[in-house]
Amino acid sequence: MNVKLENLLTQKRSTILKKWFDVVIETYPPETALFLRRQKDSIANPVGSTIFQGIEDLFGELLKGINYERVSTYLDNIIRVRAIQDFSPSQAISFLFLLKKVIREELKKEIRENDLSRELSELDSRIDNLALLSFDIYMKCREQIYELKGYEIRSMFKACQKAGLICDIQEGEFDLKEGQNIDKL
Amino acid sequence: MAEVEKKEEREVPYYETVLGASPEKLATVDYKPPAKPWMDVPPKFKKLDYLNPAKVKWMKVIDLPFPREWSPPDEDWKLPENWKEIFLNGMEDRLKRFRSFQLFMDICVRCGACADKCQFFIGGGDPKNMPVLRAELLRSIYRRYFTTSGKILGKIAGARELTVDVIKELFKYSFQCTECRRCSVFCPYGIDMAEITMIARELLLLLGMHVNWAIEPVGKSFLTGNHMGLLPHTIKDFMDEYRDELEKITGFKVDVPMNRKGAEILYIVPSGDFFDERGVILTIATLLYFYHIGLDYTWSTYTSEGGNFGLFTSHEMIKRLNAKMYAEAKRLKVKWILGGECGHMWRVINQYMGTVNGPADFLEEPVSPITGTKFENAKDTKMVHIAEFTADLIRHGKLKLDPSRNDHVIATYHDSCNPSRAMGLFEEPRYIIKNVCNNFYEMPESCIREKTFCCGGGAGLGTDEQLETLLRGNFPRSNATKHVHEKFGVNRLLCMCAIDRAVLSMGLSYWCPQVTVGGVHELLANALVIPGESPRTVDLRRQPLKRPITPGKIAGKEA
Repeated sequence: MNVKLENLLTQKRSTILKKWFDVVIETYPPETALFLRRQKDSIANPVGSTIFQGIEDLFGELLKGINYERVSTYLDNIIRVRAIQDFSPSQAISFLFLLKKVIREELKKEIRENDLSRELSELDSRIDNLALLSFDIYMKCREQIYELKGYEIRSMFKACQKAGLICDIQEGEFDLKEGQNIDKL
Repeated sequence: MAEVEKKEEREVPYYETVLGASPEKLATVDYKPPAKPWMDVPPKFKKLDYLNPAKVKWMKVIDLPFPREWSPPDEDWKLPENWKEIFLNGMEDRLKRFRSFQLFMDICVRCGACADKCQFFIGGGDPKNMPVLRAELLRSIYRRYFTTSGKILGKIAGARELTVDVIKELFKYSFQCTECRRCSVFCPYGIDMAEITMIARELLLLLGMHVNWAIEPVGKSFLTGNHMGLLPHTIKDFMDEYRDELEKITGFKVDVPMNRKGAEILYIVPSGDFFDERGVILTIATLLYFYHIGLDYTWSTYTSEGGNFGLFTSHEMIKRLNAKMYAEAKRLKVKWILGGECGHMWRVINQYMGTVNGPADFLEEPVSPITGTKFENAKDTKMVHIAEFTADLIRHGKLKLDPSRNDHVIATYHDSCNPSRAMGLFEEPRYIIKNVCNNFYEMPESCIREKTFCCGGGAGLGTDEQLETLLRGNFPRSNATKHVHEKFGVNRLLCMCAIDRAVLSMGLSYWCPQVTVGGVHELLANALVIPGESPRTVDLRRQPLKRPITPGKIAGKEA
């Protein structure tokens, strides 16, 4: 990346991170966003702190060059959470694209004055690469959910099979009149 | 006249708003969800993420009203014709019967102390899972139909009409509350959210609506004595198998007393301990432990369930399912009852059993046959928690323990909601763990003891049917576990509840698969130094030990 843009991003690191965090948090309902933003304790607010830590780590990678092993862990931390919240797949990984929005807003003047569009598109490509990686991670998380479902069903089936004589009733076997089995609820 | 073409309104998929957009255009897309007042957000049921309704056959077995086939995503829930009347009459009846319910409807000042304490809100972010708002779902109905201000001022006074959507909303969120009572710890008025959820579920049940994960176990427990429907000979077969497994690992051939009349103590466990792979290991451990101390006790194939899913169904059902405990104790003529590592069993015992099915005058005040300690706290219920019993033995030096036999385990402890919040059992399990394990690390103070996070699967939610919701509710606990895993290398999460063992295993396999789950007494049995023991290289779950066990030696030195 061109030194100029990198310098600007480094200088404005904390402002950009704060704004990036804010726009990601705003993808949650307003009451929730308030909590996610305000509560700093990572035990009391695991979602907010996972997102903040995650975007901080990702931003660092974008600046110093991407190590795919490391970056996969950082992406996984955030996506694992958003994959089980009520987001569509595109919404779940939208947080990456929000960084483009934040950088453009924050460095609007500098980008225009220093003609940094080429550097900017280079940065965009890096973010796009992370987005591609995110598809894989999102799918991995979802697959894990269905594997887990499958595992639970198989375990229950195995337990039932082992029991052999588990009590089960056929439809109609207990068709007694109301109140005849036990007292009315 | 030309027909007016109807434009189909459809929700624009998110990707269409960004498709083909340049980075500059992308930067203008608004990702914020629309801010709507909570009353205007209708409930949605996502595919593969809701609890299935109770099956007709199980509803009929226990005589529940309006059994029918229906499904939450359906538009028509086939409510009975006079559903509104039934619901409001039911509410009026409960306002009269339960002073607590009336108070909880009236006294909330919406201070927000509970708002960020629910696992489902913390992990999922749905505002209706803030306890204050979840209670407001019912409170708004209370105001509209039972208070003057609500009747006159309506929405301004926080009141709203009872509609089918409100019923759907109540169903959705009543089954996203595990009745764990964490929020109540933080409420300055002590409003018990679990009690509100219980009433909401009772009201829904009047309309024939509940979840199968609770009703089928209730039905099976009513028929066989346990939630799984295990029949006596099946339990006997299982226990024989566990006895054999114990012999293979340790060389000890132990007795398995079943339904033995005249035993001093009746031992009751959750049925998961009979069949669930995550509970069975605890049964094997208990067999070894009781054999070692020579306890005069018996298992029962009739009281084959400590848990009581009646607690998640209705007050009447609690009483019905709980009654078998005393009935069996009477039949077997035992002196008192010892209870295993179960969760909500202890809430029922401490908060309901004494009054709904007591007094158990035919039983004796529990006294430890080994130390002579009187368990005065159990004077009323005649039922002692196994952790109290074991801690007393250790305190009196009655057990020879070698904690180094658990050196392959780096443990942390999850206070299961009900033993901690419903009976204050904080110290005994920790005392046992510290005596049987050299590596024990607490999770941060804000999520243990009475402030413990729920596993996310209590109160009939512990199923893969609603897996995503469960994983959201489980996230806070798993996150704290991951924290101690990264900091101290923790590899075992100990707990004292069958639902915990199942749900925490499920949750951790997604959030932090390096950590396994287990019971406290499994570690106790691992650490027991028993006369006549054989050399071995594995623990009770057949995991390799750090140092092979040499008979008669503690931590490699002469005992």
